Amino acid sequence: MNSKTQNKIAIGGLYGIAGLVVLILLALLGYILVSGVPQLSWHFLTAPGKAFLKGGGVGIQLYNSFYLLILAMLISFPIALGAAIYLYEYAKDNWVTTTIRTAIEILSSLPSVVVGLFGFLFFVVKLHLGFSILSGAFALTFFNLPLLTRSIEDSLRTISDVQREGGLALGLSRWETVTRVILPAAVPSILTGVILSAGRVFGEAAALIYTAGQSAPALDFTDWNPFNISSPLNPMRPAETLAVHIWKINSEGIMPDAKAISSGSSAVLVIAILLFNFAARYLGKRLYKRLTSA
Amino acid sequence: MFVNNDVKNAMAMEERHVIKLSDPDHPVILSTEDLHVYYGKKEALFEGDLEFASNQITALIGPSGSGKSTYLRSLNRMNDRIATVTGKIMYRGVDINQPSIDVYEMRRRVGMVFQRPNPFAKSIYDNIAFALRLRGVTGKHKLDEIVETSLKQAALWDQVKDDLNKSALALSGGQAQRLCIARAIAIKPDILLLDEPASALDPVSTGQLEDTLLSLKEHYTIIIVTHNMQQAARISEYTAFFNQGRVLEYDTTSHIFTNPSVQVTSDYVSGNFG
Ligand SMILES: Nc1ncnc2c1ncn2[C@@H]1O[C@H](COP(=O)(O)OP(=O)(O)O)[C@@H](O)[C@H]1O
Ligand SMILES: [Mg+2]
Repeated sequence: MNSKTQNKIAIGGLYGIAGLVVLILLALLGYILVSGVPQLSWHFLTAPGKAFLKGGGVGIQLYNSFYLLILAMLISFPIALGAAIYLYEYAKDNWVTTTIRTAIEILSSLPSVVVGLFGFLFFVVKLHLGFSILSGAFALTFFNLPLLTRSIEDSLRTISDVQREGGLALGLSRWETVTRVILPAAVPSILTGVILSAGRVFGEAAALIYTAGQSAPALDFTDWNPFNISSPLNPMRPAETLAVHIWKINSEGIMPDAKAISSGSSAVLVIAILLFNFAARYLGKRLYKRLTSA
Repeated sequence: MFVNNDVKNAMAMEERHVIKLSDPDHPVILSTEDLHVYYGKKEALFEGDLEFASNQITALIGPSGSGKSTYLRSLNRMNDRIATVTGKIMYRGVDINQPSIDVYEMRRRVGMVFQRPNPFAKSIYDNIAFALRLRGVTGKHKLDEIVETSLKQAALWDQVKDDLNKSALALSGGQAQRLCIARAIAIKPDILLLDEPASALDPVSTGQLEDTLLSLKEHYTIIIVTHNMQQAARISEYTAFFNQGRVLEYDTTSHIFTNPSVQVTSDYVSGNFG
């Protein structure tokens, strides 16, 4: 067999594998969307759930998902940004940074159910936070922090060292160089990383089952005082998210339309995550364009 | 007695030839004494003792890897976190190679332009203005004026005056490099260090850059590393020849190119090696 035919066979094989992956993905997406989209309606997206009757919605779960996402991002983004700046811009390569990097590596490969159980033992039980949005947000922070830190560090790495030297040569301090030259240039790629990780957090269930809890008490959307128990802003209330909801009704749902609600919820989840991904690409590209051209 | 010219030359050849400057019109503004640079344990610069005349262009030439960049980057302490630099760097009577020196302040007096043009991901205007704002220069009028004069001195004003708010990343290589020069001179340094600033440019841009440098020497002392010997010959008054981490010869540019005192210099400038 000459190398030309060999090459052809190899390319054919690779195309085949790639095609298979795409096919599986499309089939999966198609199945979820085809069985889920017909369930979607304004009522489904906004109404509270019903435990025993038909016709409940996922309004509260959907709201909880977003609220948890925002809280988790508010906590984890500043920490991840600081850690990434320290690791990439300041730290020398020595055993301390090697240890930190290894820790991040290990944390990022922890199964999320382990993170959830840790969150349960530490935040829910030990710190007496109970099944609450706050416990959930902390668990999500643990889940999100390693990957977000790595993604921001990668964003900083894409900015060439000649930019740093350019800043220093103008008499800027290292801090000024990082904040005025490097970070602005890295914004598009940092933003892409943040949105992509938001998609992962949004779809996370295992880390939340034992931290944010599995119940979605009714919310009063006219009460925005965070200290009231039925206020949507109250961070101490249990808050089942959409992803947890799907898991819950599939394992113990007793409403007559459990299957339909599960399909509908899955479709909402998938669509939201797809939107996050497209938004990441779009915004990243747009920002980059704005930086590089007129 | 009849002596073959080559033999006479060879006998006259020195190992090393470094002059001291004595031009009252262009007093020494910067000099290095017994400068050694180490990357880890490896010594990359064994001796650099040079004097630089104010408002003149000095070229640093030599084969690649001979320590030109190492030397140049030591002058404004860009090697601080990368290498160990021992010896004295005297700038207007002060040794700036001491720990007590405020390097940020010093780098505003000794600016640098790099081999690869490195405009920031900002508008053309902000590339120049933002470092000034950080140092407390405020007022749109004042900033506008500095941006304009800097761009004019760097011979870029006419090409970009209508596009000041456009991203600097859209400039061509030659324009970007001149923006970097404008950015460096906007903070009014004394000395401008340039490390092969034309190596990424086409011949036309290179010619423009050389003209720019020649016009800048009225206001600035310029030290330029170049691998292009014609360039050194065209624009510089003094030339230092580096080889294997040593300054082998330092003299006026005409001396280096027409009548070098060291055999290795002679071989290098006549293209016999390097
Ligand atoms: N950051 C660095 N770390 C280690 N060695 C370096 C570094 N930069 C340069 N060197 C070494 O120092 C010597 C001189 O390099 P350089 O100053 O870049 O030469 P030139 O600019 O004349 O080409 C070379 O042997 C090079 O490999
Ligand atoms: Mg070099």
